[in-house]
Amino acid sequence: MTTKTPRAGTLEVTMPSDREIKMTRCFDAPRALVFDSMVKPELLKRWMLGPPGWTMAICEVDLRVGGGYRVVWRGTGPREEFTVSGVYKEVAAPERFVNTETMGNVETLQTNVFTEANGRTTFTQTTLFATREDCDATMKSGAGDGMDACYDNLEDMLRKMA
Amino acid sequence: MQPIGNQESSAVLDATFAALADPTRRAILSRLASGEASVSELCEPFDMSQPAISKHLKVLERAGLISSGVDAQRRPRRLEARPLAEASEWLGRYREHWEKHFERLDALLQELQSGKRQKKKRPSRLTRKGEPR
Repeated sequence: MTTKTPRAGTLEVTMPSDREIKMTRCFDAPRALVFDSMVKPELLKRWMLGPPGWTMAICEVDLRVGGGYRVVWRGTGPREEFTVSGVYKEVAAPERFVNTETMGNVETLQTNVFTEANGRTTFTQTTLFATREDCDATMKSGAGDGMDACYDNLEDMLRKMA
Repeated sequence: MQPIGNQESSAVLDATFAALADPTRRAILSRLASGEASVSELCEPFDMSQPAISKHLKVLERAGLISSGVDAQRRPRRLEARPLAEASEWLGRYREHWEKHFERLDALLQELQSGKRQKKKRPSRLTRKGEPR
């Protein structure tokens, strides 16, 4: 099998089947760092932002098999709240973790794989929906109402972080 | 992401994505993007038998991604753009959503690494104070 290392910064999104969404993205960093960025609350807070004006109110991660995670974003309005939660099914840092993800009524199984070559990390996430209907519903609603607002303030954010 | 439509368009999307899941079918579409072609013309670049290509063409046709021309002899296949546009629009939005997140992650990873590599990138207040004039 030949593996080609994708260019850093190119996100590939495909649907290998009618209930799977696969993302592949290369990062210019060792995989331990990329892995940590996806499971450590203090790092998750830095890049998993909600829509403009929203804050990540809760970010709890218990990274072990059977352990859970919960991330809650809140806007300024009384009903502006969005939660993503799940349970870790497999944890093999820094190579791979498998987790369930619950958003609204839909639960998916996500397989996250990290491979490193020449100091770069290729991250692959496969999201498996239980049914095709769930996949359709998600496609129609977007990957989460709260999260999917436009990120007009992205440039600001990047500038602040730089 | 915005809702992309009704039940009907969701069924169309299903068929579209299933059809697109195969690399040969994607290659056929990309060939047809540069102009219509008959089945035998399509066989050449792919090094596949005519029945094999025909099978792929049937899947693409059922998904509404291609159609057959009127020329009874050649029955040239041509690309149908609309279902493709719908599918790619949804995936495009998904992609955009995540790309924005990953761009932020890029910045964070860079920051974390530069912190490790050279601790003195941004001089601390203390260093600045103690700088010789």
